Amino acid sequence: MSVSRRKFLQGMAAGGATVLTAGAAKASSIKHFDGHPGRFGLLHDTTLCVGCRSCEKACGEVNADSLKQVAAVTVGDKPKVDDKKRRVTPDSLTVVNAYAVGDKVVYRKHQCMHCNEPCCASVCLVHAFEKTPEGPVLYDPDMCMGCRYCVTACPYYALSYEYDDPVTPRVMRCTMCLPRIREGKNPGCADACPTGAITFGKREDLIEVARARLKKSPDDYVDHIFGEHEFGGTSWLTLAGTSFPNVGLADGYTHTSLPEIGTGFLSVVPLVITIYPGLLAGFYAFSKRAERIGEEKAKAAVVETLMQADEETKAKLAAAAKRATKDKEQAIAAAVKKALVEAEKKAAQAAAKEGASS
Amino acid sequence: MSDHTEHRWVTPFNAVAAMIMGVAAVILFLRFTQGLSATTNLTHDYPWGLWIGFDVMSGVALAAGGFTMSAAVYLFGMKEYKPVVRPALLTAFLGYSLVVVGLLVDLGRPWRLPFPFFRQAGPTSALFEVALCVGLYLNVLFIESTPLALEWLGFKKLRKIVASLTIALTVFGVILSTMHQSSLGALFAITPTKLHPLWYSEHIPVHFFVSAVAAGISMVLVESALSHKVFHHLAETPPEQMDKITIGLAKGGAVVLATYFAIKVVDLGLGDKWHYLGTGWGAWYLVELLGFVGLPCILYLIGFRERMPRLIRWTALWTVIGIMLNRFNVSFIAFNWQLETRYVPHWMEIWVSVALVTGGIVVFRWIASRMPVLYEHPEYKGMH
Repeated sequence: MSVSRRKFLQGMAAGGATVLTAGAAKASSIKHFDGHPGRFGLLHDTTLCVGCRSCEKACGEVNADSLKQVAAVTVGDKPKVDDKKRRVTPDSLTVVNAYAVGDKVVYRKHQCMHCNEPCCASVCLVHAFEKTPEGPVLYDPDMCMGCRYCVTACPYYALSYEYDDPVTPRVMRCTMCLPRIREGKNPGCADACPTGAITFGKREDLIEVARARLKKSPDDYVDHIFGEHEFGGTSWLTLAGTSFPNVGLADGYTHTSLPEIGTGFLSVVPLVITIYPGLLAGFYAFSKRAERIGEEKAKAAVVETLMQADEETKAKLAAAAKRATKDKEQAIAAAVKKALVEAEKKAAQAAAKEGASS
Repeated sequence: MSDHTEHRWVTPFNAVAAMIMGVAAVILFLRFTQGLSATTNLTHDYPWGLWIGFDVMSGVALAAGGFTMSAAVYLFGMKEYKPVVRPALLTAFLGYSLVVVGLLVDLGRPWRLPFPFFRQAGPTSALFEVALCVGLYLNVLFIESTPLALEWLGFKKLRKIVASLTIALTVFGVILSTMHQSSLGALFAITPTKLHPLWYSEHIPVHFFVSAVAAGISMVLVESALSHKVFHHLAETPPEQMDKITIGLAKGGAVVLATYFAIKVVDLGLGDKWHYLGTGWGAWYLVELLGFVGLPCILYLIGFRERMPRLIRWTALWTVIGIMLNRFNVSFIAFNWQLETRYVPHWMEIWVSVALVTGGIVVFRWIASRMPVLYEHPEYKGMH
C-alpha cells in the first residue's frame, strides 16, 4: 500500500499544484500494496536489551565517514532512568534510553523507524526522501533545502539537523546501514548487540519471529508488535513487556499512515482551482448586475422626470400657441379691416377725382 | 506629488530603524557564517521557531488584507472600501516579500529556493503548495501594486494595461490565497501526535483560512489607523468617511470571527475534545479562544452598533495579536506538548523578526510619502 498510495496522492496534488513538474506525477490507480516483498527490517526486543550501548558505539563506527563528529560512547556505561532522555542527533544516529517500569528498568533503542509510508518523504517539497525496495528510507542531501519540515513531521523524533553548519547542513538519521545491507552484511547495531536484542532480517520473517516470542512467553510481553501497523507500519519493530507509552512511544498512533492523514487535504486543491473562477465570476456578475440595475433605475427616474417636465412644457406651449394664434387672427382681422378701410378711402378719392374732372 | 512633503533623512524614526537594521545585519552575518545554532534556540525537537511561527505563519496571515479587500471592492462591488484597497495591497506585497526574506534566513540552504520548481518537485507536500502559491501570489501582488509606481512615474499606457487586468488578478489572488492560507494549516495536518489535540484538527486548513481573513481585515484597520495618523496631510479620504469604512470593516470582522469561533467550537465537539478543556493546556486554549476570538468578536459588534471607531481600531490590534498567538501555539507552543523540553526564542531571533517588520514599515513610509497610496492621483481620479 505504501508506495502506490503515495504516488496516487502525488498524482492528485500534482494535477493542481504543479504543471511545471509534470514528470514527477503519475496518477496511478488505487490498489492494495503492502510494500516491496522481502524488504528488510529490524526487531528490537526490549526484554532482552541490557542498555549496554554497544549498538550506539557500533553505529558511530560504521557511519563515521558520513558524520561530521561521532559521539563518544563507552560500552557498558548504561543510561539511567533519571537521565535526561536523549534523542538522536547528528553525531549519534541511535540512542538507548532507560525507562522505569515498576521496579524494573526497561531500555529502548531510538532511531529512524523506516516507515512503510514515511511522512518525511511525503512532506519533502523537493522529494529528497525515498523509500527503497530494500526497506530503508534514504535521504538525498544534494537536493535538500533545509526547511526541516521532515524533522517537524516525524512522529518518532527520529530525525535531527546540523544546525551548526552554515553551508551544507544536512538532516541526519539512521540509514539502516543500506550500504552494508547491499554488501550482504548486517546493520552495525545488529552485529554489535551482545544479547540478541536486535535482530536483522526480512520484515515478514521478523514479524513471525516476534509472534513466536509472544506466543512462547506471553507473560513476558504485552501482546503487541509495535511497528507492525503503527502509522502504516515501520521497518523497525519493537517488543516490550510493558505498554508502549511507558517506553516513550506515546499513545495516539493510528493504523492509517501519516501521509494519508496529512495530505488528503491536497485533493481539494484542483477543486479550488476549477470552482473558484466560476464562483468568483458569479459574484462579480451579481455585483455588476446590481450596479447595472441601480444605474438603469436611476436613468429611468431621470427619463420619467424629464417626461413629466415635458408634458408641462407642452401644455404651456400649446397655451402659448393658442394665444399666439388668437393674436395672429386678431392682427389679421385688424390688417384686413385696415386694408378695407384704405381701399374704401382710395375708391372715394378716385370717385371724387373723376367727378371733378368731368 | 513628491513635492508635497519634505523628505529629511535624519529623523528619530530613521535613526531607530537604522539601529535595528544594523544589529540585525550583524546577526545575519553570524547566522550565515556560524549556522542556525549560533543565532537561534532551534533544536532537533523544535525545528521551527519564531522565524517560521512569526515571519512566515503570522506574516502570511496578516497580509491577507490584500486579497480580502480587493475581492470586496472589485469582485463583490463594495466600492465604498476603495480607499483602503491600495494600502492593503501594498501592505500585502511588502508582507509577502518579508515572508520570503524571513524564509531565506530560516532555510538551511536558502540558495536552493528554486529547487522545488526547477530541480525536483515534491507535490505531496503541503509546503510545496505553500511555496508555489506564495511565489505566484507575490508576483500577482507585485503587478497589483505597480499602478502606484506607474502613476508616480507617469507611465500612462502601462498603467492602463495593468488596470485592465484588475479583475483577472483579483480572481487569481483569491484562488492562490485560499490555497496557501489553508495549506499553512495543512502543514500540521500530518502531526496529529505532536500538536496538542485542542489545536490539531483534521480541518486545520479551514481554521487557518478563516482566521487569516479575520487577520487580514484587522490588519487593514490597524494599518489604515496608523497611516492616517502619520500621513494625515496626504490622506484625502475625509475622517468621517474613514470612520464609516472602519465601522463597516468591524461588521465584517465580527462576522468572520464569529464564524471562526463557531468552527473551533464545532471542532471540539466533532473530536470530542471537551475533557481537554479542564487541563492546563485547556486553560491556555480558552485564553486564545475566548480572549482573542470571542472577545474581539463582541467588541467589533459593539463598535459597529455603537459607531465607535476608536474601540474598533483597538479591537483590530487585539485580533491581530490573537491570530499571531494562534500561529505561535500551533508552530511551537502547543507543539510537542508531550515533551518536557520547550522552545523559547533566542533574543537574536526576536531581533531579526522585529527588524523585518521595521524594514516593512520603512519601505511603506518611503512609498506612501511619494506615491499615490493614500490618495488618488489627480490624473487618474475615479478609475481603477
